[in-house]
Amino acid sequence: MNRQLIEVGVVLLFASVPLWLGNLYYLHILITTGIFIIAAISLNLLLGYTGQLSLGHVAFFGIGAYTSALVSLGFDLELTDSYTFVFEPKPVWFSFLCGILFAAVCGWLIGKISFKVRGAYFVIVTISFAEVVRLVALNWIDLTEGPMALNNIPPFTLGIPGLWELTFYKKEPNYWLVLALCVLSFVIVRRLVESRAGRAMIALRENEPLATSVGVDVTKYLVLATVVSAGMAGAAGGLYTHYVRIVDPDVFLFIYTVTMVIMVITGGKGTLLGPIIGGLIFGILPEALRGVAGPEVQWIIYGILMILIVYFLPQGIVPALTNWWRQREGHQDPPAPKETAREVVN
Amino acid sequence: MDQLLQHFLNAMILGGTYALLGIGLTLIFGIMRVVNFTHGELYTFGAYMMFMFVMPLQTNFFLALLLAVMLGVALGALIEIMLLKPLRGADIDTTMLIMIGAWIAMQNMEQFVWSGIAKSINNPFPADPLVIGAVSVSWSRVFVFVVACALIAGTYALIQWTKLGKAMRATFQDTETAALMGVRINTVYIATFAIGSGLAAAAGALLGPIFVVYPTMGDMAALKSFAIVILGGLGSVGGATIGGFILAMMEELGAGYISSGYRDAMGFLLIIIILLFRPTGLFAQKERIG
Repeated sequence: MNRQLIEVGVVLLFASVPLWLGNLYYLHILITTGIFIIAAISLNLLLGYTGQLSLGHVAFFGIGAYTSALVSLGFDLELTDSYTFVFEPKPVWFSFLCGILFAAVCGWLIGKISFKVRGAYFVIVTISFAEVVRLVALNWIDLTEGPMALNNIPPFTLGIPGLWELTFYKKEPNYWLVLALCVLSFVIVRRLVESRAGRAMIALRENEPLATSVGVDVTKYLVLATVVSAGMAGAAGGLYTHYVRIVDPDVFLFIYTVTMVIMVITGGKGTLLGPIIGGLIFGILPEALRGVAGPEVQWIIYGILMILIVYFLPQGIVPALTNWWRQREGHQDPPAPKETAREVVN
Repeated sequence: MDQLLQHFLNAMILGGTYALLGIGLTLIFGIMRVVNFTHGELYTFGAYMMFMFVMPLQTNFFLALLLAVMLGVALGALIEIMLLKPLRGADIDTTMLIMIGAWIAMQNMEQFVWSGIAKSINNPFPADPLVIGAVSVSWSRVFVFVVACALIAGTYALIQWTKLGKAMRATFQDTETAALMGVRINTVYIATFAIGSGLAAAAGALLGPIFVVYPTMGDMAALKSFAIVILGGLGSVGGATIGGFILAMMEELGAGYISSGYRDAMGFLLIIIILLFRPTGLFAQKERIG
């Protein structure tokens, strides 16, 4: 009960930010940070709970972004000389769902292929996948406009067509939308990892041969995690595309995957709050550094910080804080047996 | 037919440098179990050193090449000692993240020092190409091919016939037993990383004068080296050599007959195809799962 109250309070606090912040640039940073937090939450499902380091995650983000943009803008494809396939523009909410769905389908496909291998090979396969998608976006100019980018992507709208409609031109509604989807992804991941499937994922992260031996269908759960994760990353991409309203092949750059990975690792992989804390830090840090350093120096600091964090806080901030808190409480009174019993069950 | 012959020749010349990159990465990967994300930055470093020595410092071209490779070896040893030595025994994901951090830092240092503008390097070779029948090739490319082949042969000789090479092979087969037999694992690791880095720097120093030098040139080089290593099989030097030539051939033919825009995609398509049909690579020596 208490925990739920705190959760609602935190969400309300974040929801109230546009009312008192009073600076649109800061709000913009919070929106992009929120979008990256959704992507980081989705990556955490793979990296933190199944233990697979996927470095192609930006592909799902970009696929969601491009699909949503193309469906909302409409496109035509010259299939043969005489026949051209014309796709009429569709409403944004529909295109957004298409983006999620297509990203999830790609997740299923790539999961089927790449979970044949593990470890370093898996990492390289996922990077390759992201690079291939980036090169397709760059070169398939008929469809994606290549480096000229897709422009004038319509923003989100809300309401009943013809009667009352709100178009998300302003920052505030976009912020609330991103926040709502952040909360939604958090809840989805929490429900998932607390379910039977989530326990199976954690089991195979800890010891794959053992998990297999007690009947956990490894590939099934890994693919499930990838599909959910890819869909969520696709949603983040869709949010991005309809907020920024322009999308070019640079959304597939490896550096964005790295940003998501840093967020998850810093916050604490395999914890629910980790990607949010890490996301807030690494979403706001570049802006904080912008005043004192040029972009190169900023990235140098980023790289060095990443090394330092992996060295000194390999588990991330959230587990470190939790341990510290437990120890402090432990000194006052020993943990109640009920608590430990629940942990064993979980 | 002439066009095919020309593609074939180009592929042989490009393949030599790809093989250098692949051998460097496969050595590090096979012996140390480290996914070396700084490999592409060593390649860039080699190219920039070549630029520094040849252009502002006016050093002799061949001496500059030697110096660039030696500096690459030194930088590799430095990275090993500073970043990887404290991480012995850490799991593969942790070292991978450290190497990614190092990669980002290094690439942006290059951008900071030399700016993002592409640099070109003069070379002392005659401008007229070497013409053999219907195909032609520039002298500078012939030089690249000859040096690359010499370096590949040298690496083979080092691994096969020297004491260090023997220690490296022993470490590859079984690290613990090798340590029990008195092999200094630390030295082997440092040497492996330094040699691998030197080969990457050599590839960069060789290709720098042919193409242009810019800070992000290493990204594609690193990703291609990964493709070559997957193709050839983990830790297989022979596999990496052949893999380098195969990748170059696929790129040349793909660019020539399909679309030059997808030239760089060939390597990645290759990875995906190999994983579908032969997940252990062409010349794998060890099981790759685990």
